[in-house]
Amino acid sequence: MAHAYTPGLKRKEATIVRKTRRLPIKGEVLVKKGQEVSPDDIVAVAEIPGESKVVNVARLLNVEPDEIRDFLLKKEGDKVSKGEIIAGYKAFFGLFKSECVAPTDGIIEHISDVTGQVVIREPPVKIEVNAYIPGEVVDVLPGEGAVIETAAAFIQGIFGIGGERRGEIKLAVNSPKEILTSEKIDSDADGKVLIGGSLVTYDGIQKAIEVGARGIVVGGIEDRDLRKWLGYEIGVAITGHEDVPLTLIVTEGFGKMNMSDRTFEILKKFEGMEASISGATQIRAGVVRPEIIVPRSDLDVNELRSIESGETEFSQGMDIGTLVRIIRKPYFGAIGRVVSLPVEPQLIETGSKVRVVEVELEDGRRVTVPRANVEIIEE
Amino acid sequence: MEDRGNETTSPSSSNVMRIDPERVRVILATDVGSTTTKAILIKRMENGDYRLVVRGEAPTTVEAPFEDVTLGVKNSVREVEELTGHKILREDGEGIIEPNSDSVGVDLYVSTSSAGGGLQMMVFGVVKVMTAESAERAALGAGAIVMDVVSIDDGRPVHEKIQRIRTLRPDMILLAGGTDGGTITHVVELAELISAAEPRPRLGTTFQLPIVYAGNKDAREHVKKVLGEKFAIKIVDNIRPVLEVENVGPARDAIHELFLEHVMSHAPGYDKLLRWVDAPILPTPGAVGMIIQELAKKYGINVIGTDPGGATTDVFSVFDGRYTKSVSANLGMSYSICNVMKEAGLRNIIRWVPLEVDEADVRNRLRNKMIRPTTIPQTILDLLIEQGVNREGMRLAFEQHKLLARGLRGVQRVRTVSDVFEQETGEETFIDMMRVHIIVGSGGVNAHAPRREQAMLMLIDAFQPEGVTRIAVDSIFMMPHLGVLSTVHPKAALDVFEKDCLIWLGTVISPRGQLKLGEKAMEVKILKGEEEIDLKLNFGELKRIKLGESEEAVIQAKPSKALDLGRGPGREIETKVSGGVAGIVLDARGRPLTLPEDDKLRRKLLLDWFDSIGAYEREVLENYVEPGG
Repeated sequence: MAHAYTPGLKRKEATIVRKTRRLPIKGEVLVKKGQEVSPDDIVAVAEIPGESKVVNVARLLNVEPDEIRDFLLKKEGDKVSKGEIIAGYKAFFGLFKSECVAPTDGIIEHISDVTGQVVIREPPVKIEVNAYIPGEVVDVLPGEGAVIETAAAFIQGIFGIGGERRGEIKLAVNSPKEILTSEKIDSDADGKVLIGGSLVTYDGIQKAIEVGARGIVVGGIEDRDLRKWLGYEIGVAITGHEDVPLTLIVTEGFGKMNMSDRTFEILKKFEGMEASISGATQIRAGVVRPEIIVPRSDLDVNELRSIESGETEFSQGMDIGTLVRIIRKPYFGAIGRVVSLPVEPQLIETGSKVRVVEVELEDGRRVTVPRANVEIIEE
Repeated sequence: MEDRGNETTSPSSSNVMRIDPERVRVILATDVGSTTTKAILIKRMENGDYRLVVRGEAPTTVEAPFEDVTLGVKNSVREVEELTGHKILREDGEGIIEPNSDSVGVDLYVSTSSAGGGLQMMVFGVVKVMTAESAERAALGAGAIVMDVVSIDDGRPVHEKIQRIRTLRPDMILLAGGTDGGTITHVVELAELISAAEPRPRLGTTFQLPIVYAGNKDAREHVKKVLGEKFAIKIVDNIRPVLEVENVGPARDAIHELFLEHVMSHAPGYDKLLRWVDAPILPTPGAVGMIIQELAKKYGINVIGTDPGGATTDVFSVFDGRYTKSVSANLGMSYSICNVMKEAGLRNIIRWVPLEVDEADVRNRLRNKMIRPTTIPQTILDLLIEQGVNREGMRLAFEQHKLLARGLRGVQRVRTVSDVFEQETGEETFIDMMRVHIIVGSGGVNAHAPRREQAMLMLIDAFQPEGVTRIAVDSIFMMPHLGVLSTVHPKAALDVFEKDCLIWLGTVISPRGQLKLGEKAMEVKILKGEEEIDLKLNFGELKRIKLGESEEAVIQAKPSKALDLGRGPGREIETKVSGGVAGIVLDARGRPLTLPEDDKLRRKLLLDWFDSIGAYEREVLENYVEPGG
C-alpha cells in the first residue's frame, strides 16, 4: 500500500498563497473575480437567525397553557421591544394584575398552547468575513465566499493559540537557539509580531501582552507555562478561538526546541514587513496548522505560478539523500539526510519491529528511527 | 423484573437481501474508517469453517481531491486481489463481482463506515435519569457519538440549552420523553427548544436535520406540529412506554435507517457503495458491538470489549444478556492524549511508570504526541508513558461505561423479604467484575504492544477483573467487519472472530478484597497435564505461569480469609482455565487495585510486577538511561 509519511510543514520564502474565505452559512459575496482586496476588506456577509428567548407566559400569569392566547397582546410575527408588555391581565378593577414583558428585542416566533410558552427571536446577527490577506480575488464561491491569492512568504507552525491577527515582523532574539524572555521585549513591540528562538517563557508572554504585541512566533513552549497563561488545560488540539490578547505560534513543539534555521532565516529576511498570522490549529480531520503569511508585492504571481508548476510536491516520499527532521524522542528536533531505508522491519528499543529509516545527522552521527517519526523537509 | 425490550441486533430487515448462508463460500467485508479503509477476504474451508484469507488496506478517500469513498474501497480490495490472485472488482469499476465462481467474485459483500467522524448525535429526554438516559443508551447502542444529553431537569437555564444546541452541529437528534399517557407538556417544551435553536446539520447546508421522536405517543401530533416543517422527523415507538420497560430497538433501527438515508448519503460516493453491498452499511462502533453480542450469546457468557483509538475509546459489554455500549469521545491515544492527561491527572499517568520522571518533561512529551499523532514510541520510557496513558484512558472510559450499564432508574420496586438483600438499586452498575468471563482489548496500543504480556497487564490494571477472567486482544482490528457480517451470516462471523481475530492472552485469577502488603493472600495448585505446581502468593504479588494457547489446566485456589475469588471470603475455588500467549496470571494485588503513595515503593512494586509477568525485563528497567543527544 501507499505509505503516508508525515508531511513536512511548509516553509517557503516565495510561494503563491491562496486563502479560501468562507462564511459558516450561506450569505452574500461582496467581491468580484479579479478584484484587488486589502486585508480588512469585507468579502462576504451573512445573517444568522438571532438568538431566541423563551417566556413561559402560562406560568408567569398563572393560567392554563391553552388559555394564554386570551391574555396575549401580541401574535405570531409581531415585533416586540425589550421591556414591552406582551401579555397580562387585570382583575378586581386593577387591584390584582399580572404581566409578562419581552426579555429582548425581536419577533414573536411561536406561541404554544401546549406548554404555554412564547418564543421570541432576536434580530438576525450579521457575520462578516474579511480578506485577511491582501491580493486578488481569483475565485468566487457563490453565496459562500471567495478565494484570495497573493505572492508571499509562507510558514506553517505546528501548534498555535489565538485567532487571525496582523502586525509587523520584529526579531526579539538574535539566534534560533535563544530563549525569548521578558527582558528582550520592550515598548517597541507594540503592534508587532515577535520572533523568538527556542522557547518563550511565561514572563515573556506576559510582557509581550503588556506592551501590546500582536503575536509571538517561537520554536517551543513549556506546556506548564501554556497552562499557566491560559488558566486551563487544553484537552483536544482544536484551537484558534481562545480569548487571548495575542496569537502564539509554536513552530517546532513543546519544550525548549530550537526554531529551525530555515524558518528563522525567512522571518529574519522579512523583518519590518507586515504579516497575517493565525494560531488556529486542528490536528484531526482536515489538519489546520497555524500560519505566518508575509505578502510580497515585489513578486509576480504569474512568474511564481510557472516556477511552481514545474516543481513536484514532496509526494514521492523519502529517498536516499532526502532531508528530514526527527519528530520524536530520543533525537527530537535533529535534522539529517536519509542514508538508508531498510525494507524489512527492524527491532527498535521498545521491542517493536517497525519500518525504519537510517539518518545521518548534521553532527555526523548515524541514527536509526521509525519511519513514522520523521518528517520530510522541503528544499 | 425489568424488560429492556427488543435488544436483538439485526439491522432493519427490509434492507437485507435474502442470502442463503449455505451457499456462501467467499465473503468480502470492508470498513471505511476515518483515515484507512480496510478490506478482508473470508473463505469457507473444506471442513465447513470460515477463515480469514487476507487483509488489504488503503487510505480513505472521503476528502478532496478524491471525494468518493469507493476509490479507497477499490484500492483496498485491489490489494486483496494482488495478494490472493482472486479477482473481485468488476472491469468497469462499478462494483464487486457476484456471485463467486472459482477464483473470481464473492458471494457476499458487507461494509461498515465511520468516515467523516462517524455519526454524531444529540439526545433529549424529559428526566435526566430516566428517559434522557434511555435515549442516550439507544443512541450509543446504534453506534453514535453522543455530543450532549439535554433534559428538562439538567440544571441548565433554557437560554443556555438553546445556545448549546446551536453551537453543536449534530448529524441527527433523538427526542424522547414521557411514558405513554404521561407528560405531554415537557415533551413539547423540548421540541420547542429544538425548534427555537434551529441546529444546523454538520454535513451539507441544504438538507433537513433528521430527528427521531421516540417519546410519549400522545405527544406525537404536537411534536410534529412544532418540528415538522423545519426538520425531517421520524416517529417510532416510545423508548420508555412505561417506567419499568426500556424499548430501545425501534429508536435504534430508525437511527440506522436515517443514518443511511440522510447522513451517509451526503458523504461523497456512498450512494454507489450502498448499491454494492448486500446488507445495510452500519456505523463502525455499532458493528463492533454486534460481534461481541454474538460471542456472548453463543457461549452464554459475560463479555467486556474495549477499543482505545486515536481520538475516542469505545467500551462494549454484554452482561447477563444486557448489551451496553459507551463512547468516550475525548479519551484517546493520539489526538485526545492530552485530554486523558486532563481528565485523569498527570500524576495518575506517571504512577504506572516504574522510572523516575520529571513531570514537566512528561507533559511536553504528551503534548508533542498530540501535535504529531502518527509518531510511535521509540524509547522504553516513551512506551511506558504511553502505556500509562492507555491504562488511565481505559479506566476512565470504563468508569463512564458503568454509568450507562445500570438498571432503569426512577422505577418503583415492589419488594419482598428476599429482595431486601438484593443490592441493585439502579444507581450502581449491574456489571459485576466477578462474573465477567472475557475481556477483549482492541486498538493499536493493545494489539501492537511489543510484548503480549504488556497488553495483558494493561487490560488487567485498567479493568481490574475479579475471580477468573480470560483476556484476549483483537489482532488486526476486524471486529467492525465481523459485526456487520454477523447480521447476515453469524456463523462465518463467529468462526473468523474466534480463530483469526482474537489472540488469547491467557487467564487471570484475582481475588477481591484488601490486605497489608506482604500478608499471605492465596495458595494455588495448578494441574497441568502430569505436572503439578504449588504456589503461595503474598498480598501485592503478581505471578505468571506459562500455559500455551491450546492448553488447559485445572486450578485450585484458596484465598485468605479477607479475600474472595467468587465463592465467598476465604473459600476455595476449583476451575479449568485456558492458556494463551501470556499464560496464567495470578494477581494478588487486591481489588480495588491501589498503588502505594510512596514513590520508591511504588516503583519497586511496578518493577516486580512487570518482571514477574514478563512485560519488561528488570535489568533493562533498573539500568535504564534514555538514549539521545
